[in-house]
Amino acid sequence: MSTKPKDEGLNSPKYEIPEDLQGTVTITTLDRIYNWGRRNSLWPMMFGLACCAIEMICTAAARFDFARFGMEVMRPSPRQSDVMIVAGTVTKKMLPQIVRLYNQMADPKYVVAMGACASGGGPFKEGYNVVAGIDKYLPVDVYIPGCPPTPQALIYGLMKLQEKIDKQTIKEVYGQPSEMIPIPVLGPDIMDPREYDKIREYTRQKAEQEAAAAAEAEAAQA
Amino acid sequence: MSEQTVMIQNEEEVLLSRFPEVVKKDERKGYEGYIVEAKALKDFATTLRDELGYDYLSSVTGVDYLPEGKMEVVYHAYKTTGGPALVFKVQVPRENPVVPSLVPIYPGADFQEREAWDLLGIKFEGHPNLKRILMWEGFHGHPLRKDWREPFYEAEHKPYKSRFPNGEFFRAEDRNPFGKNVDYPAGFDPETWTPDNSNALIYEGLGRVEKAGDDLPTEQIVVNLGPQHPSTHGVFRMVVTLDGETIVDLEPVMGYLHRNHEKIGERNTWLMNMPFTDRLDYLAPMSNNFGYALAVEKLLGVKPPERAEYIRVIMAELTRIQNHIFAIGMFLNDMGAYFTPSLYAIEERELILDIFEAVAGSRMMVNYFRFGGVARDIPEDVMAKIRDLAFERLPRRIDELDRYLTNSEIVRIRGEGVGVLTPEQAIAYSAAGPVLRASGVPYDVRRADPYSIYDRFDFDVAVRYHGDVYDRYLIRMDEVRQSIRIIQQALDQIPEGPIVAGKQQYQHRVPAGEAYGRVEGPKGELGFYVVSTGKTNPWRYHVRAPSFINLTALAEMCKGHKVADAVIILGSIDIVLGETDR
Repeated sequence: MSTKPKDEGLNSPKYEIPEDLQGTVTITTLDRIYNWGRRNSLWPMMFGLACCAIEMICTAAARFDFARFGMEVMRPSPRQSDVMIVAGTVTKKMLPQIVRLYNQMADPKYVVAMGACASGGGPFKEGYNVVAGIDKYLPVDVYIPGCPPTPQALIYGLMKLQEKIDKQTIKEVYGQPSEMIPIPVLGPDIMDPREYDKIREYTRQKAEQEAAAAAEAEAAQA
Repeated sequence: MSEQTVMIQNEEEVLLSRFPEVVKKDERKGYEGYIVEAKALKDFATTLRDELGYDYLSSVTGVDYLPEGKMEVVYHAYKTTGGPALVFKVQVPRENPVVPSLVPIYPGADFQEREAWDLLGIKFEGHPNLKRILMWEGFHGHPLRKDWREPFYEAEHKPYKSRFPNGEFFRAEDRNPFGKNVDYPAGFDPETWTPDNSNALIYEGLGRVEKAGDDLPTEQIVVNLGPQHPSTHGVFRMVVTLDGETIVDLEPVMGYLHRNHEKIGERNTWLMNMPFTDRLDYLAPMSNNFGYALAVEKLLGVKPPERAEYIRVIMAELTRIQNHIFAIGMFLNDMGAYFTPSLYAIEERELILDIFEAVAGSRMMVNYFRFGGVARDIPEDVMAKIRDLAFERLPRRIDELDRYLTNSEIVRIRGEGVGVLTPEQAIAYSAAGPVLRASGVPYDVRRADPYSIYDRFDFDVAVRYHGDVYDRYLIRMDEVRQSIRIIQQALDQIPEGPIVAGKQQYQHRVPAGEAYGRVEGPKGELGFYVVSTGKTNPWRYHVRAPSFINLTALAEMCKGHKVADAVIILGSIDIVLGETDR
């Protein structure tokens, strides 16, 4: 076995380190070491919605074990978690809670849409209580296809997220706090507070159309 | 004439002579049972329960017969001593459907009547708590009515003309002005609208107990557990009133995973529903396939070949094993043994999932059953694996779990005497499966009303008598052992031969009529009620979900216990939200 320490890809290529100091000393950029720490300690939120959550549990269990990537610390509190794995079908009734949980997470925060339902509605897309993809409300970093994605696919998706983190800089991550998403309201249907004007316009037009149709029917009868 | 037919004839005489004019036999082709007039329903149900012994009301659901302008409520009642169902129906006009509530006679009808009100708009007079259950208060319309259309509505039935045979595609989002599946009633104004506060309704409905003769003034508080809570097995919410740490009252709130299974199911073709059933109880996909296949086969009148029957039984029992050991692992999680026992449980589950993957192509969503058989045969090497599991590995591993857990002092202290459900209560609340049997009622559909080839196997109906959390844990252990026995016998007897009856087709024309297929799923009696009008799509597709109906008894079990016990009582019922909310 070689005694050479594992290269974590931390060293900046421009600097020559004497051979006897390799493994002890690293010359690198702040971004790189910072991201190295973040990518290897992604704490997902312990939060499952549907079938995909079962595969998420299996991923955390002994056979697949995403602890190997530093992700085993599932936090039940959004305040302590870095990544929200939206594991399952998002329904309109559940959506306000999910948005609230997202708002409560500390920056920098990431969202992984796990499975067909979270990515775009999946088999339940046409359902009246189903949100056809969480990306209609939250910014999504990684989409994982599958119904449900196998544990391997979930791990691959999280590795893609690690790659994304590698490319970020501190400036970008801490430049601005991320935007608070207004919490949708359960009215006659789910309502995004940012769209109230649009809703009002739509229902006004709809009422006019219905009135016109009724008047037409009356005229035809007469 | 056999004894049973004589009995059924007697029942018919009793019912028809006791209620002349108001009770008639259902004469429609393909239908069975009785049609009862709404005004006589309560007397009819009382007679059924008290005189004829139909003490278990299994399923209540509604059907919207739009062309006839009628709403029909369908009831399925059983005797807990076994035997076939007695079906009775009430027909009411569609404009103002009012049916007397059966909750005073069968408390198990509670949630099911609320669901029929929520989705079909049938009012149940005399229901103590008639609120929406799956959707939220204030939602526009009753979605399962045939003239109610979802925002992404495209056509009445699949396959949609736009996709087939033309092969066009488009995004449903592009056709909606909001780019989402939302729709609002005409003239609605979000600014002047005041919310119907569902939460206030729930909080008001909760009981509060005045303590007499207590000098120390205390306040009872309302606590929400869930919907995002690590121990609620998904997105389930319990609203509890607490006096100190003691639960005074509890109300389960669900619908956070209501995926409109039944509405989508009525647009799908018959076979298209098969993969959707996988996603009901996603821990027991094979059992769900089984129930749906049985219901449709009843209408089609096909019988699977011998080998297929054996494959079905092997798969259904493997499902039960993996579900129960997972349930035990998660139950220990709820008790506070964080993840260690689950790791042992999941290890075995993975091996069973490997078998599912090998025969069906997917670990969880198997889509394996077909009408009249199964999709693929079990390859020889997989058969050897199942053999190894059933004869060697699983019996040893179950004994191992048993050794670690059953006599553990913590499991016993926390489980014994907690969340007791008496046999009378269990029957009245229509509890099913392990919950019912742990209360001392030896009712197992595999024995009480055998389906498939379960009458050929030698197994015991597991039953325990204390009705507490600990017994519900023990009964799962017992059932796993019985399932292993069944698999061992099936493996020894399985013949060679075809695995599906007739030629497989994508479009089935199912003869008009109704059918109720039920199986003993891992969670309890899983029933599928389907109505066909002779077309390629079901007119009504309803799932009698054991996880949903077992929750009726939750409040009763939790009252008087500590709030930490509510978590393990819920764990001991073993619900899966995909099935609870559908």
